[in-house]
Amino acid sequence: MNADLNAVWLTLQLAGLTTLILLILGTPLAWWLARTRSPFKPVVLALTALPVVLPPTVIGFYLLLALAPDGPIGRISRALGGGGLAFTFTGLVIGSVMYSLPFVVQPLYNAFAAIDSRMLEAAATMRAGPLDRFRSVVLPLARPGIITAAGLGFAHTVGEFGVVLMIGGNIPGKTRVLSVAIYDHVEALNYGQANLLSAGIIGWAFVLLILLYALNHRRVRQVQRIRRTA
Amino acid sequence: MIFFSSFLAAFTFALVAWMPAYAAGETAYAAVAANFTRPMQRLTKQFERQTGYVIRTSSASTGALFAQISHGAPYDLFLAADAARPGRLEQAGLTVPGSRFTYAIGELVLWAPRRGTVSEQVLKQDDFDHLAIADPRTAPYGAAAKQVLVSLHLWPAIAPRLVRGESINQAYQFVVSGNAALGLVARSQLVAARGATWPVPQKLYRPLTQQAVLLKHGQDNPSARAFMQYLKTKARSIIARFGYRLP
Repeated sequence: MNADLNAVWLTLQLAGLTTLILLILGTPLAWWLARTRSPFKPVVLALTALPVVLPPTVIGFYLLLALAPDGPIGRISRALGGGGLAFTFTGLVIGSVMYSLPFVVQPLYNAFAAIDSRMLEAAATMRAGPLDRFRSVVLPLARPGIITAAGLGFAHTVGEFGVVLMIGGNIPGKTRVLSVAIYDHVEALNYGQANLLSAGIIGWAFVLLILLYALNHRRVRQVQRIRRTA
Repeated sequence: MIFFSSFLAAFTFALVAWMPAYAAGETAYAAVAANFTRPMQRLTKQFERQTGYVIRTSSASTGALFAQISHGAPYDLFLAADAARPGRLEQAGLTVPGSRFTYAIGELVLWAPRRGTVSEQVLKQDDFDHLAIADPRTAPYGAAAKQVLVSLHLWPAIAPRLVRGESINQAYQFVVSGNAALGLVARSQLVAARGATWPVPQKLYRPLTQQAVLLKHGQDNPSARAFMQYLKTKARSIIARFGYRLP
């Protein structure tokens, strides 16, 4: 049971860190995608959407090769004084960031694309700098999209299995996340524990999704009210 | 409409042309322990050529296959990496009585593809990052690896550097991809492999007595029955060539 709690904690850390990194990396990317007229836009959009359609085994397989000490990512890590990254928490974070990228970038992109550029121009005429415009116009308007992005990125990382199974090495406390722990229990015929963890994860995911939808719904109603009074 | 009917005709023709390949021989489905994947490929090729029967193979850890079969997976044959799980299936009445026998005895090898030499000493030093083993709970080769490390009094000390594959094939793959420097794998996996090997002395682990059994699902399947017979006779020389001992 202690090992299972360990897996829960590890999963929360992985999902939290992955979501944070994805919000930081995904926001400029989604903003660029929403505003650009570059001919490469469809290419970049397709690249970010790839993990949705690829089997996790494809990502896992190439990551296993890339994270090895003589693989491209492993070489960078060694140059920075580290070692091979497979079987490490860092390796899992790299894998999760790739795997969950579309689930964060897509909602952000939709939210940014829906923002009327005239509002930004109006703010610019009032001498709001780019950062100020982003903070006081874009962020409030895009809030539902940002919440959705964070929620989906987090939930999708918790639900990750194939990639972790292929690059994790199933090390308790380091790479044995919830989904792998459940798989392990089922394989070893410990159905009681598998049941406990699985039921827990279903309940948790359900609550998270309800919260997400409820938050967004309230937000939409607020906007509608403001429009009516205006 | 004309287009559609000609399409239908072409489709039917293709289907009929394709079917005999599958209808020619009875097909049996075999659940095969991961360590035996490669010998099995060789064996089925020879068996199918000689008999016209067809064998379809699924590989996973013995524990995973055992769980599937216990829950009604429609396999005709089970080639395990231990004797315990086929025995438990027999007790549960899921096998054809009297069909269980030992088809091979496996050997565990310490493998270091990027080293000149490797031995027990290497395990006791700490100049390697990871040692790959199969999951001891589901894979007999993993259980044997754990026995070796316990016998050498290394189990608690080496634990932080262990990586567990879900089967011995994943453990092999962790090593061959360069992510783990060392692996305790099956000798049969290393027939064409490079690097240094150390055959682990048999006294350090219980013998890997690998048993095969005809499952209830396959009791009237002539292909499955013929393969069991083949496994006891003509298959033996190929099995030995992959580094297994024979009973």
